Amino acid sequence: MNVYCDNAATTRMSKTAVEAMLPFLYDNFGNPSSLYSIGQRAKEALEAARADVATVINAKPGEIYFTSGGSEADNQAILSAAAQGEKKGKKHIISTAFEHHAVLHTLNALKKRGFEITLLDVHSDGVVTPEQVANAIREDTCLVTIMYANNEIGTIQPIKQIGEICRSKKVLFHTDAVQAAGHVPIDVEDLNVDMLSMSAHKFHGPKGTGALYARKGVILTSLINGGAQENRKRAGTENVAGIVSMAAALKEAAGQIGENGKKPISLRNRLIAGLGEIPYGELNGDADRRLPGNVSFCCEGIEGESLLLMLDDKGISASSGSACTSGSLDPSHVLLAIGRPHEVAHGSLRLTLDADTTEEEIDYVIASVKDVVSYLRNMSPLWRDLVNGKRQHVFAK
Amino acid sequence: MALYSEKVMDHFRNPRNVGVIEDADGVGEVGNPVCGDIMKIYLKIDNETISDVKFETFGCGSAIASSSMATELIKGKPLSEALKLTNKAVTEALDGLPAHKLHCSVLAEEAIKAAVKDYYDKNGIAYDPKDFPDCDHCESCGV
Ligand SMILES: Cc1ncc(COP(=O)(O)O)c(C=O)c1O
Repeated sequence: MNVYCDNAATTRMSKTAVEAMLPFLYDNFGNPSSLYSIGQRAKEALEAARADVATVINAKPGEIYFTSGGSEADNQAILSAAAQGEKKGKKHIISTAFEHHAVLHTLNALKKRGFEITLLDVHSDGVVTPEQVANAIREDTCLVTIMYANNEIGTIQPIKQIGEICRSKKVLFHTDAVQAAGHVPIDVEDLNVDMLSMSAHKFHGPKGTGALYARKGVILTSLINGGAQENRKRAGTENVAGIVSMAAALKEAAGQIGENGKKPISLRNRLIAGLGEIPYGELNGDADRRLPGNVSFCCEGIEGESLLLMLDDKGISASSGSACTSGSLDPSHVLLAIGRPHEVAHGSLRLTLDADTTEEEIDYVIASVKDVVSYLRNMSPLWRDLVNGKRQHVFAK
Repeated sequence: MALYSEKVMDHFRNPRNVGVIEDADGVGEVGNPVCGDIMKIYLKIDNETISDVKFETFGCGSAIASSSMATELIKGKPLSEALKLTNKAVTEALDGLPAHKLHCSVLAEEAIKAAVKDYYDKNGIAYDPKDFPDCDHCESCGV
């Protein structure tokens, strides 16, 4: 059986998204900036896509800027707020310890330019509180940037309440909604956000296409200089096929959210319950305030990469936050941020489902993970020491 | 290109000599849980020759494959020869390892040396400590 359980890494394009894209690769290949008909047809499609994306998140079309993906949107949002802040001598930014590197590395670059960065603690449940944000805001704070949902452990942040605080203190608020868009409802008015990033390939659209929502009045800095595209905020001939496809994918995904939708909350809970039977394993992050498709576990006594390789042999595609899978010496900063010790973070497993995942597949995944974990534990000297009481368990059971 | 060579995957999928020798003559353990890999080698020694060897490993695919290959390379060999096993020989026998995984083969070499040293210590056999570097000389993990 082949089960793709890495939808947080990327998703398969939906048929709708593929079909939406095709006409703009061949028949309507024109440049939206050209005045003749095939150019203008592309322009119309581009603007229709903008309106569609805007509608899904309750924004206005003029507030949507298409980008090359989530990373670019994050960079642009943060660097824009920083540029405006700098002009007013406001060089303090608030974020969290477990943001995506597209955010953290941008903040690091700003730090080198003299900005002060406060990274809020995300606690063992993987959720920041609005109070933490309220307490961290200072006179010179120019931006709060907090992700909507975490990409590794799936926890959802109290964006609306944080937005209220930022609004009342007149501080710009950006949220990286790359993992949330198309998976949970997003209404930028209700959420009080000023900027929001999304990426098409996380909701069954194409890779290399994303969008930045920037509320009217927010001044964006152009990261790519050149032509006048995207209201002069993002030069370069538009990726028309990708953008049209993203809009179609987002509409489709958003339509599947909710009680009547086929989103996999019950399957997610089945998977959490099944993996919960593994002794000395624990769910990462809050069990309820999490994305419908995210399951993230840490298991004592094993290492994540060997777990992934063995699951791959069984047809299961998953991911881990172990050092060996990240290519660095340390395990994932997200797992460390929620207080997992290194030795446990190395044994992490992330399974991210989509609306097409079936109950049979979930049961197969549960059985396979259990098999592989006990196989690897059987050859693990660390596990032997834990069983013999030579080392202390991290988890209670 | 795949992450690992066919050889690595073969030794990872079908590791040779996994297990424990209860009455081992020498046991060596290197690595630590914080770094994400621990290798433990058990040796049975007859007439200064490795008559049996088993390993247990906590670690990534290349750590498991390196231990498996290393045990194959020393099984049945005189101790003097086993002590000459280098991480390079383990890596070559595996048809190479990705650069950031080379330390797995270093661990395998060290685990074997640690097991032989344990045997020497237990039996009061003299040796030159220079031949037995400890974990500290290597910079692969930040601990
Ligand atoms: C939370 C989060 N932010 C940003 C990104 C980057 O998005 P993209 O791959 O489209 O640049 C990702 C995806 O990897 C993500 O999960």
